Amino acid sequence: MLSRVASSLYWMSRYVERAENTARVLDVAWRMSLLVKEPALQDQEWFAPLNITGTLFPFSGRHDRVCAREVLHFMALDPENPSSIYACARQARENARAVRGSITSEMWEVLNSTWLEMQQMDEGKMEARGISAFFDWVKERSHLFRGVTFGTMHRDDAYEFARLGTHMERADSTARILDVKYHILLPSVKDVGGAVDYYQWSAVLRSVSAFEAYRKVYRDVITPLKLAELLILRDDIPRSLRFCLNQVFDTLGHVQNAQSGETLRRAGQILSQLQYGRISEIFAGGLHEYLTEFLESMQDLSSNIQRSFFSSGSVE
Amino acid sequence: MPHLYNEMFDADRAVRPHYAAIAEWLAETPPARIAQHRQAADLLFHRVGITFAVYGEASGTERLIPFDIVPHVIPGERWDALGRGLRQRVQALNRFLHDIYHGQEIVKAGVIPATEILGNAQFRREMIGVEVPGNVYAHVAGVDLVRNADGDYYVLEDNLRTPSGVSYMLENRKMMMRLFPELFANQHIRPVDHYPDLLLETLRGVAPRKDVSPVIVLLTPGHFNSAYFEHAFLAQQMGIELVEGQDLFVRNDTVFMRTTQGPQKVDVIYRRIDDDFLDPLAFRPDSMLGVPGLLAAYRAGGVTLANAIGTGVADDKSMYPYVPDMIRFYLGQEPILKNVPTYRLRDKEDLDYVLAHLDELVVKEAQGSGGYGMLVGPTASRDERERYRQRILDAPERFIAQPTLSLSVVPTFCGDGMGDRHIDLRPYVLSGFEVNFVPGGLTRVALREGSLVVNSSQGGGVKDTWVVD
Repeated sequence: MLSRVASSLYWMSRYVERAENTARVLDVAWRMSLLVKEPALQDQEWFAPLNITGTLFPFSGRHDRVCAREVLHFMALDPENPSSIYACARQARENARAVRGSITSEMWEVLNSTWLEMQQMDEGKMEARGISAFFDWVKERSHLFRGVTFGTMHRDDAYEFARLGTHMERADSTARILDVKYHILLPSVKDVGGAVDYYQWSAVLRSVSAFEAYRKVYRDVITPLKLAELLILRDDIPRSLRFCLNQVFDTLGHVQNAQSGETLRRAGQILSQLQYGRISEIFAGGLHEYLTEFLESMQDLSSNIQRSFFSSGSVE
Repeated sequence: MPHLYNEMFDADRAVRPHYAAIAEWLAETPPARIAQHRQAADLLFHRVGITFAVYGEASGTERLIPFDIVPHVIPGERWDALGRGLRQRVQALNRFLHDIYHGQEIVKAGVIPATEILGNAQFRREMIGVEVPGNVYAHVAGVDLVRNADGDYYVLEDNLRTPSGVSYMLENRKMMMRLFPELFANQHIRPVDHYPDLLLETLRGVAPRKDVSPVIVLLTPGHFNSAYFEHAFLAQQMGIELVEGQDLFVRNDTVFMRTTQGPQKVDVIYRRIDDDFLDPLAFRPDSMLGVPGLLAAYRAGGVTLANAIGTGVADDKSMYPYVPDMIRFYLGQEPILKNVPTYRLRDKEDLDYVLAHLDELVVKEAQGSGGYGMLVGPTASRDERERYRQRILDAPERFIAQPTLSLSVVPTFCGDGMGDRHIDLRPYVLSGFEVNFVPGGLTRVALREGSLVVNSSQGGGVKDTWVVD
């Protein structure tokens, strides 16, 4: 298929997934902000969404305070922030519009109506509806889009590139959500393992809808080690890094071409590290360091995908 | 002689035989049911997205082209005669195009002055001496026909560049089959749905190399273009790739498209982009829609363009009066289809006549399009005629004039009732290995009472066209 079309399908899916994950990240911060804490730590959790999306700098340019109201506006509604939920909804819809011939009409209708509703959204409406309810709505629209895609799309290359986008973005986002905890400091070292710590980790779990899965798999208290193992190394959790990379590798296998050998190798390499990794080793090296390195290799893989499939025949 | 030809009713207000079924349906169906049918059509067109983006309207909104459920019906025999005329005319036009880009025999024979051709803005020097497959230049031709009060058909104009509207013809037919299955069951209405197949066959037939299965693409300016729906529709119906300029590149006089499997060679491009925007290296350098180097690949025979570059010189209003001469010159036949008598204002005699009869004539710019910038003498105000007179005097050679035709009418729904509205007909003639066309074409209807302007960009609507046996 045309490179341009494949690229649009890939990015359409990435933007939908990104919107959902931004909602999840904000949800974690929101839940954590509801916990009682010392006044000195007020609003501290709101740094996390900015740090993990790397948007602290652009945010500071336009807002004076890091607090719920400002961060929520910036990351949910700001048209000028290319990663805001608003911007993602717009981009997803624009990409879909460019390739309407390659998606089903139901897929288009979901993205179009989501965008139309997003355009009407403002702080007032968000608060009236409820902040959590707004995040739920974003997640629902994303689920709907995926469901419609999975349920109606012909299983051709167009489908493969759409799925590729979803899983590339999801792996990236899951790694960032896991990193949230790193950026939210506990008041002091003796609080590690305490009540606040527990609620923060369970907030992370709930935000990726893995709370029940954790309970079933581990039948134990929530510990960072097991939580990280669940979301990084297990192949039976749809959000885990391993599960996503499995999908990515699989998809690349279906669409491979004469130039994609290196891309496939890199994907395979990342996947095998996840298949054969040990959580104790990851923690020994530092979870944050591990996730940072993972995000870098994903970025690298994304560039390779771009080169192998979306820019063929560029002027040499 | 009546002052108007009514397609449905004769001079005594009796229903013409080929309209009997429709007349009966209209008479017997309660108004509520009719309204239901009309609403159903509207809804469906909207849902499928058959809209038309109009330039210059605030926010570039998409508008529905109004569809009227009363069809334009033509008896089979009448159509067959028209068909012969269309075939003849398009063949002559293609011969003309080949001639002026090669030996220019028609000029040497003194039939058409050299200045008319060489001075024509649409004449493309780049095409001189270029060989094209089958010597076909206008692969898709839209010939606009109207019927005068005497019941005779006249060619209003030829469209040889990027004629559009065929997707509406196809969607109208689908709509009518949904709304009136009984009428289709009880009469033989010649089918038109095979148009995409004919078009594909036509494009296949003009591939540069005969040995391999040709790769055909449809080149569109993109989804901001007013006819984008049609581009996407036709590409999908033919099963060919819909590409934009950025998807193609030229290397070694060959055109490639960028795919996820790497570059793929392209053999035939059905292009819906004007000549001017096709290649920034050859034509308008500011064009973002074209493909750098496309002209070079074309001239080298590496790719076929449909329609060829440079066809505009033949569908120009200044060339229109010569078409009957072309038929005589190239085919040695008398024209079957009539031209509308045309005054060329570059001739003093014609200019004087026209200025003296401005209130009776339609005056147009020889190189304009879309119904804009023309004067309809009989309905214009004194002021409008005066202003137009000035325009003419400033540059008479830019204008032609024709007697007002009283276009035929078909009963059409308007407001709460029905009224007679003027129509025209655009059949689409395909020329490749052979000449082909589907019966009928797109019927356009002027929705305002008395208006002769049928263009959708100026508020016209469409009807289905039935050729019945």
